[in-house]
Amino acid sequence: MSTAPIFADEEWRLPSRGKVAMLSLITGECGIFSIFVAAYLYYIGRSISGPTPRILEAPIFNTVCLLSSSLTIWLAEREIERGRMRAFGAWWGITILLGLIFIAGTALEWHTLIFHDGLTIHTNLFGTTFYSLVGLHATHVIVGLIGLSIIMIFTLLGRVNRSHAERIQVFSLYWHFVDAVWVVVFTVVYVVGR
Amino acid sequence: MADQTVPLGNSLGAAYPSSGTFLEWLHSWVVTVDHKKLGILYIAYGLFFLLVAGAEAMVIRYQLAFPNNHFVSPEAYNQIFTMHGTTMVFLAGMPIIFGLANYMVPLMIGARDMAFPRLNAFSFWLTAFGGLLLYFSFIGGFGLYGMGNAPDAGWFAYAPLTGSAFSPGHSMDYWALALIVAGFGTLGTAINIVATTLSMRCRGMTLTRMPLFVWLMLIVSAMTLLTITPLTAAQVMLLLDRYLGAHFFDAQAGGAPMLWIHFFWIFGHPEVYVLVLPAFAIANEVIPVFSRKAIFGYPAMVAASAGIGFVSFTVWAHHMFTVGMSWVGNTFFVLSTMVVGIFTGIKIFNWIATMWGGSIVFATPMLFCIAFVFQMLLAGLTGIMLSVAPWDWQLHNSYFLIAHFHYVLVGVIVIAIFAAFYYWYPKATGRMLSERLGKWHFWLFVIGFHVTFDTMHFVGILGMPRSIYTYQADRGWNTLNLVISLGAFLQGIAVAIFVWNLIYSYFRGQEAGSDPWDAWTLEWATPSPPPAYNFATEPEVRSRRPLWDLKHPSDPDWKYEA
Ligand SMILES: [Cu+2]
Repeated sequence: MSTAPIFADEEWRLPSRGKVAMLSLITGECGIFSIFVAAYLYYIGRSISGPTPRILEAPIFNTVCLLSSSLTIWLAEREIERGRMRAFGAWWGITILLGLIFIAGTALEWHTLIFHDGLTIHTNLFGTTFYSLVGLHATHVIVGLIGLSIIMIFTLLGRVNRSHAERIQVFSLYWHFVDAVWVVVFTVVYVVGR
Repeated sequence: MADQTVPLGNSLGAAYPSSGTFLEWLHSWVVTVDHKKLGILYIAYGLFFLLVAGAEAMVIRYQLAFPNNHFVSPEAYNQIFTMHGTTMVFLAGMPIIFGLANYMVPLMIGARDMAFPRLNAFSFWLTAFGGLLLYFSFIGGFGLYGMGNAPDAGWFAYAPLTGSAFSPGHSMDYWALALIVAGFGTLGTAINIVATTLSMRCRGMTLTRMPLFVWLMLIVSAMTLLTITPLTAAQVMLLLDRYLGAHFFDAQAGGAPMLWIHFFWIFGHPEVYVLVLPAFAIANEVIPVFSRKAIFGYPAMVAASAGIGFVSFTVWAHHMFTVGMSWVGNTFFVLSTMVVGIFTGIKIFNWIATMWGGSIVFATPMLFCIAFVFQMLLAGLTGIMLSVAPWDWQLHNSYFLIAHFHYVLVGVIVIAIFAAFYYWYPKATGRMLSERLGKWHFWLFVIGFHVTFDTMHFVGILGMPRSIYTYQADRGWNTLNLVISLGAFLQGIAVAIFVWNLIYSYFRGQEAGSDPWDAWTLEWATPSPPPAYNFATEPEVRSRRPLWDLKHPSDPDWKYEA
């Protein structure tokens, strides 16, 4: 960065405040997730009774859905930048759909674990750490879905246009983060922990 | 009104529109999104809790002034020292610091407001309600039947004492929920300050020209993002344990209370630097102005602050030497802790070098900063002593440790906050604080401080543990404890003078004008108090001391800054 005096005709550019703020929020979220991940890793194999992680089945289909939603939201971002609002709405809708599939998959997985395997948050340390870590992530997916849906409603009402491209990108950063964190959670819970 | 010597456009005129009825005035404060009003709200709120927690400290000191004393009951005593610590850190320290940042950062970088004014207001009210929730614990639940449900497990709330088996009732729920709420407020403000410093700077305010105050607040806010969130996560785990029967910290089901200690100090240690770096930030502004010299070693100051920021995340287990770790763990945390001393040393060197050869003006803000440098040095030295694991095994959780961290929290942070009050009060109110009362405040406080906390080291070396309700008369601690308590009451009197000064000067203080200290940063280019829009025209900056350039057009700084 130059420290020479600047003059009126020089350009003065600053980073987007929305993106800086969202990246800061994501940094804070990383703090929360790392504590839950640390607890999960520390307690692997320390349950003294009850089911073990062997009862888990890796949710491959869910994972594929969630990760591809990062791609579809990126396509939506590209479309709004070019002002093609119909295409934007379509990709945005598909993103919501993929998110819903993921959350439904988690619900089914939990249903089986609770009623078939008898694993609750109270059962043992595995239950405690599993439901809290996966649940923390699922909470973030749900918050993201609420945000995505609000934007979808405004899009359908015709209130979103090209000038909102930057805001859409800021929001998408959050969704990308939710997807990226799933990679970590998946690795910890279904690969390392099993 | 605009100062003629500082031709930054302020032609739009008066500060605040004159207020109407009391309700209109109140309404304007409740709905405000102005960073200056929110800053004042933060500071007033923090100051209120500083007095509350100070009063709690007085109760503690009266209880310990004599052996076998029963001034308060043991149960109440536990609640009072827990609330004293929790309040000082979360409801006094953090709000005052973030209030200062709120008020000063936009002015110093030539912006008209924070990046997200409404988020700013939201964050303040979250913090405010968090504090109310914490204090509601005194009367909440079955409170009115007795002493209430105030948290009583120490500010660090070690497991398993906080589990529902050992802390029935709702005391720990109040503690966890109140701090989660306040924590989200803190997170919002931290995000806001990062976004403001990076994205709202006026033309020419490059990162290398930002006032050091802004630099340090940027570092503090960035640290806060990773400091407060681990605590929030751990508190969520605690609530899951208490309400849903999870086993995070439940030893009976294989859970590890030690994990809480780790999580708490992963928050707790960086938190100390989140509190102390703003104190450094204040000194970085005050010392040059009253030494009539530019700060010595600007880049070194930035680098050392960033260094402290990074290293502070790798030292948490120096709070855990007595928990028992491997020799590898002990050695790592001893060495990483000592590295902090190097960065702090650089800073102390730079402050002294700034004063060296300057024509020092001994006004009250500068007096506090001189005491600050001296006490920072002593606090740092006992810090290095405690960083040596075998020494720590002897003195951990004794009053030596209490003396060390109060040297930092009171002798460094509170003292620097006092300096900030005397320095910026004229900007925020348009009136000077009384120098005469200020000098009384300074001398009484500093003498009281040393009487209390210097003595506390010795009673610690003699073996007095922290958090005890009372002690036997034959331990040889009687005189020392009485001296400590007398010093504490002296500090109490000094703070009362300070509060009186704040009130008295608001009505009777000397008119300040826009730039009473002949300073160099942009906040002094605005009228006192600044108008809602701060700057009528966006300022343009060419050096680290924009007002120097304006006052000395023939000899501007930017000619020499490489
Ligand atoms: Cu520490």
